[in-house]
Amino acid sequence: MTKSLKEIFRYPSVVIGVMIIFLLIVVSIYTVITIPYSKAVQLWRGNEADWYQNPKTAAPVWYNWFRRDKLPETVIVTSDDPSVTKTIKDTNSGRIITMMVPVNFRYDSFADDMALYFKSEFEKNAPFIGLRWIYPDGKEIGIGNFSIDRKFTLRLNQDKKITNKLRGRVASQGLFINPDAENPNLPVKGEYFLKIEAITFDKTADVSAELVVYGQLAGWSGTDILRRDLGIALLWGTSIALMFGLLAAVGTTLSQMIIAGVSAWYGGWVDTLLQRITEINLVLPFLPILIMIGTFYSRSIFVILSAVIILSIFGQGIKTFRAVFLQIKEAPYIEAAKAYGASDARIILRYMVPRILPMLIPQFIVLIPSYVFLEASLAILGLGDPTLPTWGKIIQDAEAHGALYQGWYYWVLEPSVLLMITGLAFSMVGYALDRVFNPRLRDQ
Amino acid sequence: MAEEELTLSAPEKSQKEIKNLTSATIIRVVKYSGVRLLSLALTVVVGLYLTILIANMGGYVDTIRLAQIREDVNMRMASNPAFRGLAAEERANLATEQIQSRAHALGLDRPFVIRSFNFLKHAITLNLGRAFNMVSNSGANQVRLIILERLPPTLILFATADIILFFIALFAALALSRQYGSFMDKLSVAMTPLSSAPGWFYGIFLILIFASVLKVLPFGGMVDSPPPPTTLGYLFSLLKHMVLPVIAITISSVFFSIFSWRTFFLIYSSEDYVDMAKAKGLMAKDIQNKYILRPTLPTIITSFALLVIASWTGAPIFETIFNWPGLGRALYQAVGLFDTPVIIGETVIFSYLLAVTVFLLDFIYALVDPRVKVGEV
Repeated sequence: MTKSLKEIFRYPSVVIGVMIIFLLIVVSIYTVITIPYSKAVQLWRGNEADWYQNPKTAAPVWYNWFRRDKLPETVIVTSDDPSVTKTIKDTNSGRIITMMVPVNFRYDSFADDMALYFKSEFEKNAPFIGLRWIYPDGKEIGIGNFSIDRKFTLRLNQDKKITNKLRGRVASQGLFINPDAENPNLPVKGEYFLKIEAITFDKTADVSAELVVYGQLAGWSGTDILRRDLGIALLWGTSIALMFGLLAAVGTTLSQMIIAGVSAWYGGWVDTLLQRITEINLVLPFLPILIMIGTFYSRSIFVILSAVIILSIFGQGIKTFRAVFLQIKEAPYIEAAKAYGASDARIILRYMVPRILPMLIPQFIVLIPSYVFLEASLAILGLGDPTLPTWGKIIQDAEAHGALYQGWYYWVLEPSVLLMITGLAFSMVGYALDRVFNPRLRDQ
Repeated sequence: MAEEELTLSAPEKSQKEIKNLTSATIIRVVKYSGVRLLSLALTVVVGLYLTILIANMGGYVDTIRLAQIREDVNMRMASNPAFRGLAAEERANLATEQIQSRAHALGLDRPFVIRSFNFLKHAITLNLGRAFNMVSNSGANQVRLIILERLPPTLILFATADIILFFIALFAALALSRQYGSFMDKLSVAMTPLSSAPGWFYGIFLILIFASVLKVLPFGGMVDSPPPPTTLGYLFSLLKHMVLPVIAITISSVFFSIFSWRTFFLIYSSEDYVDMAKAKGLMAKDIQNKYILRPTLPTIITSFALLVIASWTGAPIFETIFNWPGLGRALYQAVGLFDTPVIIGETVIFSYLLAVTVFLLDFIYALVDPRVKVGEV
């Protein structure tokens, strides 16, 4: 065994494959520990409260490593930050709260959107807000006066008054240009300030604000159209894909092997019946039946997993295994076992099954990626588990929102590349093992 | 083995003997196919019955249908002014009566076992009922018409791809088996793991490269919209739309096929009778065609059959990715619309398609393998 292990690791494909598989396992264990199941499911629901700080369909931040003109990342400044100077002045009827919010903008293209989230505490009369924007060169313009509630959101790009004031440009562009410059279509780099002046009408009132300048890049994995961080689904997808692939492959291979053993050992009508069932199974349309189960019954990953295993039990593996079992059955040592009175179960499990393992293990490993891809396929058809974040779900969302047409390539590529890596790793190991364990060709 | 003797002695046979042999082959193939057809018919019937059982989830779907009827009746009664004057109790009685009569018309009040055989009869005769929401291009809502309309695109796509795949893999495998151990051979073995990904997966990449970035081929669909008026233009447009899907199917299966077929060829070319033929000084081409290809073909056809079946079953997702207006996409749409009759009808049709594929390949198998006889079915 150790000798064949050594031989296996002489193949570079095995070394690479095993390393990738190991890495995937480490990542999935890490994910399950750091992001508990309930949290992942909750985050993936895409509530506004969880994700409001993320831009929509933002590419991952490492895009900038490969670009000369840097795309903006998201800038978030809250009024509690130390960089914000907050002055409070008491007046006869209330207070004047002034906040200078710095916005450090050093990118070569415009931000995607801007939003200002207010929170305020007051007794009776709502505070009144005045907004002024200060350019790096000191120029100042007023961009809005309004009163706020206890919670208030101002989406600057959608505010018609601001757009009019900026000569028809939306805020995320108009606020960052110099209209008198030679090329007014490029953002001016530098430190901007948003001056928030709040007039309150009682002495205990307070106002806090959070400015989010949504960039075109976010996180190591980017975001989708619901502002969700794709990282959650990429990480959890790893665990789910590995689990699904492993369980389905184990269930299928073991049951196929047992049935093939029984079929070969007992022969006669048992064999005929099992062979007939295999043939019937061949004309049962696998994916359409899974689709039916998913549509009519349940999309829970465990229901689908069981269905996959049940439908695969009488698959083609049985034929191969049975042929080998038939050969083994005639071997002299089986006769010896019979002669000393070993039970049928003992002969099948102790004498026949171990002989088939060299054939079974490679096939088992090669099966894993096919089930990983199956899970993704079902998700793309809209039959993925409704609560779980998986790779297939990301691809489905991307397809549904025309990511390829829109040029949001990362959205499709990230899960696809992970699928590809997983598939390649397992099948590289599997095929190499097959060549080592079952040398069908004598060395020539 | 009988076949060795046959191939070895073939050149010395007289014209008459060859003729006898041909007619014997025809009788054997016809007999074999007949028996196969019967057993396959039985297999399909059992398969369809299982499908129906699964599709109805032991009566679960009927519960949905009954709920739909109930809602429909209640809605109609509520919106019809003629019933407004009636007392609530009277109206409820009337509703129950209507629900019962409609359930009876659909046979929902009979036990499921009896109905399942009824369903089976309908499925076998392709009497697939009416769709809830989907319609065919001509506006009919019969499931059979919807499916028949979607069948040709699927057949065109998958038949083309599978035939191309078969010949590429066959010739590549033959060529590589002659240069065992060469760089190309090692490269193709190293590429085998690429076959672990299904066709749709490569489809995404191909669409990204050739449609999104390079903009040379269409994103999906079968012909341009609106379709070109001339036949030639139509064909050209069809071809243009078929390039990416066909390449995707080919990439996803070709490397594994080349690898395994090449192995079969290598095994057969190390047989003693091949050495014998070489020693006799036969031409390399003859050795390849008569002594290596011939005995390997049955094995290759079996492996190809499994491949074709796998690609069939993958159609729903593959056609969805490529927006191909075939059976698979119809199934996807039906899932979205929760159109039960279409989903069940599609599954039935896929069962049939699989059976036909199995039968066709069995038939070819019998043609190329002289050992196959009725007794061994």
